[in-house]
Amino acid sequence: MKTKIFYSSLIAFFCILFFIFYKGLQNTNIYTPNLETHDKDIPNFNAKIFSQKDKVVSSNEIFNNDKFYLLNIWASWCMPCRDEHPFLINLSNQNNLEIVGLNYKDNNKNAKFFLEKLTNPYKTIISDKEGLIAIEWGAYGVPESFLINKKKIIKRFIGPLNKDSLFEIKSIIK
Amino acid sequence: MKFLKYIIILLFVFKFNVSMASDNDLQLKITKNLRCLICQGQSVYDSDSEFANSLKLLIEMKLNEGLTEKQIYEFLKNKYGEWILYDPEFNKNTYFLWLLPILMFLIGGAIMFKIFIIKKN
Repeated sequence: MKTKIFYSSLIAFFCILFFIFYKGLQNTNIYTPNLETHDKDIPNFNAKIFSQKDKVVSSNEIFNNDKFYLLNIWASWCMPCRDEHPFLINLSNQNNLEIVGLNYKDNNKNAKFFLEKLTNPYKTIISDKEGLIAIEWGAYGVPESFLINKKKIIKRFIGPLNKDSLFEIKSIIK
Repeated sequence: MKFLKYIIILLFVFKFNVSMASDNDLQLKITKNLRCLICQGQSVYDSDSEFANSLKLLIEMKLNEGLTEKQIYEFLKNKYGEWILYDPEFNKNTYFLWLLPILMFLIGGAIMFKIFIIKKN
């Protein structure tokens, strides 16, 4: 009787184990970033102003007002950045939104040419030659955008902005 | 006297090399334990992507600032979540993962004990 109980509990144990592993196999093994920002505070950093030699600003100076900010990580070599550019131009006309650009690992000359050609939607552009500021934001590629209000990240957009994200941003800031 | 001078110089050089090597070893150890988030199945150490190169630079800077290995892991976990660490921490989500081998060992041991020892007696 004791042996029977022992072996049946053993079989039950392995069945449960099999079920757990089988369920686990269905989980993705590709990194899926957490889009829930839970009103996370913006990181503290100092950055060089784009195309101005030696002028450094802090995150507190950039995001100093209570209005909405959209931090957009971009680069002239990034093709999806070209796709989202018309949406950024559209957003730059909003009165209560200020777009801040984070120029990621880019060449100044190419970045200037990019903005001259496609027009500049950014009020401020900071330079991130080594990609360290992007890490402070928890970003891992370009383009990526963060909607900020009162020094808190309220929404994160991974990849190029599109019609849906444009509509979402407009509905949040109105 | 000259001989003593050479010995002192050698000692300094040797000491400096050792400290440099240990910093470098720690940096390599940390990068090997971090997952490159934009590469498939590669560590930050193995990868040459823009993201991995920035992380390598960041780790070097953090070590120079005097942060410990644990503090660097904590910083990156805070930014990217636990997924970035290859070595999962012991918490409520990973109890099963960490304790399963011990449990299997105990069950296996119990079966062997039952078959070989008890049956023999």
